[in-house]
Amino acid sequence: MTGQMELVQNFPCFSIMLCMFAGIISSALKGKSAKRINTAVLCINILMSAAVLLFTVRTGEFYVYVMGRFPAPWGNELRIGVLEAGMALFFCVIMLLSLMGGKHKLIQEVEEGKRNLYYILTDLMLSSLLALIYTNDLFTAYVFVEINTISACGLIMIRQNGRTIEAAVRYMIMSLLGSGLFLLGLCMLYDMTGHLLMSNIKEQVTGIYLSGAGGSFHVPLMVTIAIISVGLAIKSALFPFHAWLPDAYGYSTVSSAAILSSLVSKGYIFLLFKIIYRVIGFDTFCDSRIIDILFIFGLMGMVFGSLSAIKENDVRRMIAFSSIAQIGYIYMGVGLGTQVGMVASVFHVLSHAATKSLLFIAAIGLTDVSGGSRKFIELTGSGYRNKIAGATFTAGALSMVGVPMFSGFISKLLFSQAAVQNDGKMFPALIVLGISTVLNAIYFMKTVIRIYTPVENTEYPTVTWRENKVYAVTLICFIVLNVFLGVLSQPIVDLIGWGLNMFA
Amino acid sequence: MGGSLFSNYGEAVAILLFVIGFGNLLLQSNLIKKIIGLNIMDTAVYLFLAEKGYISGRVAPIVVDGVQSVEAYINPVPSGLVLTGIVVSVSVSALMLSLTIRLYKRYHTLDLDEISLQLKKEGL
Repeated sequence: MTGQMELVQNFPCFSIMLCMFAGIISSALKGKSAKRINTAVLCINILMSAAVLLFTVRTGEFYVYVMGRFPAPWGNELRIGVLEAGMALFFCVIMLLSLMGGKHKLIQEVEEGKRNLYYILTDLMLSSLLALIYTNDLFTAYVFVEINTISACGLIMIRQNGRTIEAAVRYMIMSLLGSGLFLLGLCMLYDMTGHLLMSNIKEQVTGIYLSGAGGSFHVPLMVTIAIISVGLAIKSALFPFHAWLPDAYGYSTVSSAAILSSLVSKGYIFLLFKIIYRVIGFDTFCDSRIIDILFIFGLMGMVFGSLSAIKENDVRRMIAFSSIAQIGYIYMGVGLGTQVGMVASVFHVLSHAATKSLLFIAAIGLTDVSGGSRKFIELTGSGYRNKIAGATFTAGALSMVGVPMFSGFISKLLFSQAAVQNDGKMFPALIVLGISTVLNAIYFMKTVIRIYTPVENTEYPTVTWRENKVYAVTLICFIVLNVFLGVLSQPIVDLIGWGLNMFA
Repeated sequence: MGGSLFSNYGEAVAILLFVIGFGNLLLQSNLIKKIIGLNIMDTAVYLFLAEKGYISGRVAPIVVDGVQSVEAYINPVPSGLVLTGIVVSVSVSALMLSLTIRLYKRYHTLDLDEISLQLKKEGL
């Protein structure tokens, strides 16, 4: 790097540190003050990430931020490009909206004395997510993966009942299996290459790869790629590893469910994208057989996740099962093994994060006007009793099914375009995409019809938006975000493509 | 293949232990056994790192007798990684144990499958 460092370039480091310190300070504060600090931190982070995004768009290239005094092969560093800054901005916005939308439930469901713990956990969660986005060092990534797991576990079990503790245990077991594999994989990479910084590893890995199948490290390299990919796939709940997910999302408090489904799993997926481009190299990754495995599991997830969602009789668990299908879409895009497929996957990360948190937050408004029950039979007509939640849920459902104007349509369009460009995988991808869309339509439209079926003289109260203004504003923000992603998709897709090129 | 396996028996043992720990964590239904599996798995990774990091005949890179040649010392980074890894695995085990205590107090069993059965009966 040449010349004087601009102030903006320090912001990624500041935002990670800020979240950590906020978490530490909050431990000595009461729930209300902890909440204020958390909101302030999120707002400052949104501003800082936006500034970094503008900076990287203006300069048109990535920059490296050296942590400490030691330069590249020895020290630790952050690396910031368009995609990293954009993702950080997006994650902060979603987290702020999820916390705003679930605030009233948090007050009901979490004991008075434990509310500050909730905000400590979200601060730590945000810091680990930002670190996963920005870091250029594999071992730092591992440490923050574990911090992320621990805080996610806390977010699940903060609402104390048998279900959530059991879900937290199951979540921990699966996550630990995943991070164990990830740790082993990165140790093997370190042994083969002698580096921990992503860019330095890549130089060596490319050398190993170019030495061909006869080279002495070719087989270990392929095994390592497989171990790391499978480890991260387990952590982000790809299809056969999803058993913990419905309980964890279905019974925790609603902000936790929204944050877990839209941010935590996406953090790991983003790390995998980064490893694909920056550690292993896109071409090396595509030539390994592992992308076929990810592709097949992605396809299976798309179908089986949706089938389980159709069978479900509980609206929160239904949305959770739908997440499994959507994670399947993302891995399907990775499995296509083309740049277009990767762009589609990154866009779907954004689109799914925006839509899934919206659905969780809107569903809670509907269950609240149905006596707190989440069974479909009780939800009948709830769209009339809480109009704004009903309208928002419908918007989210339309987006998930893939109706134009909403973000879900664009990601389906991008996935199909990517599939058409890949000869070998075109037919399975397109057919499963079609089946999955129909299945999505079945369970989401079933729910929408259910909540708009009028019932005569119900005993449940009707609420207007004036009774909980924060909640109503949050829902409107979510709809705006979703339509924004759907309508202004072209610039965003261009930015993602640009960012991915900058990634390598 | 067989010869290199024998000369690298430390790594082979480490991977074997990793698989044993992984299998225990995944397949055991008793929570304590799962946590033991977790610890075996993590320790296997540290054994792997230690095996890879050590070069026989060399010492830790602390200059005491004025020898500054690179040839005299081992690479200290793997030891640093092991240390960090131990901290992570201790905190994760503590969290798992505390969750186990909670579940045991509520359901009076350590069997995860049986806890799931009882939860279904509760029908929350």
